[in-house]
Amino acid sequence: MPDLSINFAGIKSPNPFWLASAPPTNSGYQVMKAFDAGWGGAVWKTLGVPVVNVSSRYGGVNYRDKRLIGFNNIELISDRPLADNLREIEEVKKFFPHHAVIASLMVQSRQEWHDIVRDVTNAGADGIELNFGCPHGMCERGMGSAVGQEPEVLKTIVEWVMEVARIPVIVKLTPNISDITEPARAARAGGADAISLINTIQSIVGVDLDKFAPYPIVDGQGTNGGYCGPAVKPIALNMVKNCAQDPNVRLPISGIGGIENWRDAVEHILLGASSVQVCTAAMHFGFGIIREMTAGLEQYMTEKGFQTIYDFVGKALPNVRHWEDLNLKYQVKAHIHEDKCIGCQLCYTACEDGAHQAIRLQEGTRVPAIIEQNCVGCNLCSLVCPVEQCITMERRDDATEHLTWKERTEAGTIPVTFNDDRAGGLHHWVPEPVAALGKERHKTLPGKARALGSPQEATVSAPTATDVLSAS
Amino acid sequence: MAEYPTPTTEQEFAANFAQIKPLMSNTEALYESSRCLFCFDAPCIKACPSGIDIPQFIRQINTGNTIGAAKTIYEANYFGNACGKVCPTEVLCEGACVYNLNDQKPIEIGRLQSHATRKVIDSGKHLFGPGPANGRKVAVIGAGPAGISCACELRALGYAVDVFEAREQPSGLTLYGVAPYKITNAEALAEMDYLEQQFGYRVHYNHRISTREELQRLEDEYDAIFLGIGLGATNALLLPGEERTNCVGAVEFIEQLRTEHQHVAVGRKVIVLGGGNTAMDAASESARLGAEDVTLAYRRGKGEMGAYGFEYDLAKGAGVKGLFNVAPVEIVGNGKVEGVRFIRTATLDGQVQIVPGSEFVEPCDMVIKATGQAKQTGFLHLIPGLQLDGKGRIVADTRTGQTSNPRYFASGDALNGGAEVVNAAAEAKQTARGIHEFLSGN
Repeated sequence: MPDLSINFAGIKSPNPFWLASAPPTNSGYQVMKAFDAGWGGAVWKTLGVPVVNVSSRYGGVNYRDKRLIGFNNIELISDRPLADNLREIEEVKKFFPHHAVIASLMVQSRQEWHDIVRDVTNAGADGIELNFGCPHGMCERGMGSAVGQEPEVLKTIVEWVMEVARIPVIVKLTPNISDITEPARAARAGGADAISLINTIQSIVGVDLDKFAPYPIVDGQGTNGGYCGPAVKPIALNMVKNCAQDPNVRLPISGIGGIENWRDAVEHILLGASSVQVCTAAMHFGFGIIREMTAGLEQYMTEKGFQTIYDFVGKALPNVRHWEDLNLKYQVKAHIHEDKCIGCQLCYTACEDGAHQAIRLQEGTRVPAIIEQNCVGCNLCSLVCPVEQCITMERRDDATEHLTWKERTEAGTIPVTFNDDRAGGLHHWVPEPVAALGKERHKTLPGKARALGSPQEATVSAPTATDVLSAS
Repeated sequence: MAEYPTPTTEQEFAANFAQIKPLMSNTEALYESSRCLFCFDAPCIKACPSGIDIPQFIRQINTGNTIGAAKTIYEANYFGNACGKVCPTEVLCEGACVYNLNDQKPIEIGRLQSHATRKVIDSGKHLFGPGPANGRKVAVIGAGPAGISCACELRALGYAVDVFEAREQPSGLTLYGVAPYKITNAEALAEMDYLEQQFGYRVHYNHRISTREELQRLEDEYDAIFLGIGLGATNALLLPGEERTNCVGAVEFIEQLRTEHQHVAVGRKVIVLGGGNTAMDAASESARLGAEDVTLAYRRGKGEMGAYGFEYDLAKGAGVKGLFNVAPVEIVGNGKVEGVRFIRTATLDGQVQIVPGSEFVEPCDMVIKATGQAKQTGFLHLIPGLQLDGKGRIVADTRTGQTSNPRYFASGDALNGGAEVVNAAAEAKQTARGIHEFLSGN
């Protein structure tokens, strides 16, 4: 049985799954319920001077029939009095002494920081998270991402906090910045114990086509919000990796962004996170998702032989390299497993229109064929194919050669002039532009073509059962 | 105990004849349309006799452009709503869906199609209209799928169109010949109202064209005449006893069912003769009307039936039993039907042969003959120079629908010998183009 427990910068938790500071951690009731359901920790909804919120606060991005692949909010920090929150933190800790309760904080002056850090410490919080990430509402008041985007300011505030902090301090970073490692380094320089990322991304999730206003709509108008949910995971993973690989950061990372199942969590961990935070998925599906997350993580660790989380924290990092370090001699080509192909020809049209014209149609069958010489091994066909393992990318080099862009640059063998004959695109053919004209118009516009009458395709209807019957 | 209780009210009738392709809600349509792969050169389009751009309209539904979806459908097929419900989609578009090859449920194209078109019909939204009047007139005989489709297309091309319909209401087979669980009367008529409103052709109901004089008048008054007359009555079996009470033709039985619903009397024990789709319908309908025992009798083996497999399954699901390799010899009874005398058959080298001495009487109190419909050759012979083939079908140019009498054009069952609504709709649209070509010289 693998051990899921963590000690994150001194904050102990029975598993690495924490609720992120957000609506699900707005009250003791919710946090208790979450712990009861199996969550290992919770970062309390950000405390400060209570706010006033608007009605209509969330917007969603749906993809076809999938709801909330992206989500944004224009809600601010806690609108409840500090005393109420502190009392509830104390109560939660009484019931769950071994679970992690982290107080998220956002105030302005040095004195306010000192006061509130002492207050939450006295209430029994196991750690503190500094909210330097909120990209809406609070930043206009000089807080949230306004701090996260100014490394110097961030460092100063961290220093104020560290003057009085007796429990671990996590700095939550905003992704609304060019280089996430800058605020991460500032957090370290200020003395923080850990970082968490990413906070939400400044966003407009959609525009109402009839009301001409962005979602969520507040009395006919809207504002930019903070974007999160499954769609942001790739951005989060990259930023987690950037911080984890930076030799000047070297702080424990709590990974946040698009985590809704054990796989997402493992990905964050493999790129350097040692705890993960979840919000949107809990808002969408409720606290019950934790059962799948812990079960999946446990199963994965058992299969891989990992005893603890730390056996695989950052395990993928050595394989995340700069582009110039990748092997240019590695060669894959697409292979269509004809027995599995259902003939949708999405690979054909994708390669034809979106890639390198390396797939052709064949007479008498809907199964397309790869034009080997033109296949650059881009993966596109295998990505659009709706059938599992129908198009696979097969290695074609003999794995004996290794040559990187960096090495070629050093050896002086890279293309340097506009018409250099070392251009990568010279080794596969590109069709003549005019060959495109009229090629498939009739296939992509069948309804209209038919409506306008296409004499060559016109026929009487095929015989049917009635014909067969009356003939028999 | 019968599979279905005998319906006595309109509600009970509707329950027994519940729609097998019920209307999709918006949510259902969103989920189903989301599944479409948007195949390149999609097999579903190729399998559709009217060539509807199916992936396009499904994508339009999915993006909330249901009106646009309906337009895509109607541009290819004026019976878009009816076809979504009555088409044998299992062997056409849905049968061609690539998901079938991956052991996944094919997209419910028919229901999506009806969903989109129904939205437009209910909204009354103006999508189409007559083209600028070109001063020419065309007479259309028959307000069925062929006649109405031809009328719509001709109106779009600017022709004045008069449709002459023998019955009280339009849409032909869709209203009078399709099983009630495939489409309701209200649905069929709503689409007809919508089309008439959009295109503005005139329909003269209860106006049967049946004499040379009437045809002459049409020839005098109109530039061209379109024949969308369909088929005639059920073929006679030419068996002794066929005249007995309760021995009826399937087409006539279904027409009565569509117009009178639960007021149609069905026997307690019904034998349906035939192995085609109409036989399946008649059998299934008898069971749904409360018959205790319904037997399908076919002179060849089960696998040789002309009916689609899913139609036979539907009949079996309604409690119908199959009796194969039997040929009817006599309808027995005393004034009323009391049974059918069969003789067993065997198929040798594709030929049905009777097995001597194997006669038996299967008792019943009703016989429904689903053994094909006659062609309306008597009427067709009134048209000078009109050529028919050996089976009584009109001979016409496959591209233009023009018959051997150049001012007469034809489509639908009268031309193809009896096919689906979609075939008639597709052919007639094309024939309208043929008429235009003939009259305008382009």
